[in-house]
Amino acid sequence: MAIDTAALRPSAGIPSTTGVASRRPPRRSAKRMLRKLPVRLLITLLVVVEVYPIVWLVLGSFKTQNEFFAKPTWALPESFSFDNYVAAWTTGNLANNLLNSILVTVPSLFFMIVLGVAAAYALEVMVWKGRNTVLLAFVAGIMIPGQMILVPLFTVYFRTGLTNSLWPLIITYTVMGLPLTVFLMAAYFRAIPREVFEASTLDGAGMVKSFFLIGVPMMRNAIITIALVEFFSVWNDLLIALTFTTKSELATVQVGLLNFSDEYGSTDYGPLFAAISINVVGMLVLYLFLNKQIMTGLASGSLKG
Amino acid sequence: MQSVLGDKKAILLLLGPALLVYTLVKLVPVLWSLGLTFYTGNPLGGFEFAGVDNFVRFFQDPQALEALGFTIKYALVLSVGQILLGYGLALMYVFVLRKASTFVRTVVFFPTVLPTVAVALLFKSLFAVGQQDGPVNAGLEVFGIPAVDWFSTGDGTFTVAILMELWRSMGFFAVLLYAGLLDIPEETLESARLEGATGWRLVRHIVLPLSLPVLLSSVIFSVNNTLKVFDTVLALNNGGPGNETTPLTLLMYRTVFNYSDYGYGSTIAFVLTIMCFLVTLFVFRSSRRDITKN
Repeated sequence: MAIDTAALRPSAGIPSTTGVASRRPPRRSAKRMLRKLPVRLLITLLVVVEVYPIVWLVLGSFKTQNEFFAKPTWALPESFSFDNYVAAWTTGNLANNLLNSILVTVPSLFFMIVLGVAAAYALEVMVWKGRNTVLLAFVAGIMIPGQMILVPLFTVYFRTGLTNSLWPLIITYTVMGLPLTVFLMAAYFRAIPREVFEASTLDGAGMVKSFFLIGVPMMRNAIITIALVEFFSVWNDLLIALTFTTKSELATVQVGLLNFSDEYGSTDYGPLFAAISINVVGMLVLYLFLNKQIMTGLASGSLKG
Repeated sequence: MQSVLGDKKAILLLLGPALLVYTLVKLVPVLWSLGLTFYTGNPLGGFEFAGVDNFVRFFQDPQALEALGFTIKYALVLSVGQILLGYGLALMYVFVLRKASTFVRTVVFFPTVLPTVAVALLFKSLFAVGQQDGPVNAGLEVFGIPAVDWFSTGDGTFTVAILMELWRSMGFFAVLLYAGLLDIPEETLESARLEGATGWRLVRHIVLPLSLPVLLSSVIFSVNNTLKVFDTVLALNNGGPGNETTPLTLLMYRTVFNYSDYGYGSTIAFVLTIMCFLVTLFVFRSSRRDITKN
């Protein structure tokens, strides 16, 4: 259970202070520069490889169709006009897709967190027979591919007419996120001594009350971490969104992006690049502000073996 | 005190809703899909009991076997790449860059958060903008290498898919393994250095055995995810050319929603589930053997 150590250490993404204890005797600086050169080159190459595609993408979003075909591929755009963005936003339906994605992601995350945190509390803090079996049933869900529940859910959603709304997505995302939420929250609760909760019940407060008064506030950081992890998996999902949205008005960002090139027959590269750029830059901004939490969150969220 | 912690009403109130939706929307559908594997047909045309015919069909269906082969090849190549690159980067972060690694770590991790569809469309254009060359072909030509028509062959598409996923995920695996490497006590490394273990020997005999648990967790995570590949191949080349880059997930999707065979589609999904399960079990067991050996 690697999670016990990885998930609960808030500083996992920050270099530990003990990591630099091995200082070697100082050498002459020229020799040191030369010794470090291969590493420097490697790192520069690494950063260029990671960053260049994004830069090329954003530059491309300002090019006209003509520039894409007549100019060399690394040429800079001739002008910085936002025509492509306007086209992507309106005729490309990006505005509508973004709205759908928000309308799906926010309720999904809300239900997932509320249900998952309460369940983890009942499974980890409270003591009763059979709780380990139930926890196992939840955790086993992490491994099962979405394909295994697609067909029955589609049948039911279709029969009940839900496919004309965003509810199939919200319901499915909520449930698909539950196993990981329950599992991680249980691990977080495990780290808190049970006496804390016992003490709170001494003055007569019930377990439900102490869940809201003590459990939830103590878990605030953990909840934010899980919300971040689940945000990316819901926002970036294609399989569920593609299966359960039968109408183009209900398409999420990912489905819209996938259909972008089909819509025009011969692809309009400018608007396509603009649409991808909006997606990428949006995530980039989020990442600029929250990169520490995202890195530790995603890393701990996956070490569930 | 036990009575408060075991308060039945509180348990029901807190656990009940989650358990109910989880059962209805996950457990029941899984069992339902399991039942469907013994049938053929769809809700409109009616179902027909088929026994184990679907499984027999699966192992005789050239398309299914091709998809199975592609899935395994993809998972194998990508997982090995992810772990090797990730571990290499993690070692560099810990032993070469040390405290200065924060910036590099943050930059290399960034693509992990990007939507797969967006990245796939970006990479598609990097390798070919319509009939025009993308930057990759243009770069190759600078070195005198003739341009490659990446998406006209299965191998070309496969190569782009692997490169794209490595680009996207190596920073993630690096951070994952980096956290594991930081757990190795500095005293252990120091005493090994005093005994003369440096460079490769230090990694081979001290660091590698000590980071084995996190390495194995990463392998399980990596294989489980790469076996389920869907968006990448769909957005990159629509599983093509032909069916050459169609994994089990995409074949299942098409069987159900294009050819309306719910039973056979569920069978394909079941085979995939069993594969994920077996891999996890296998890695777990081999890890236990290793620990007892040491």
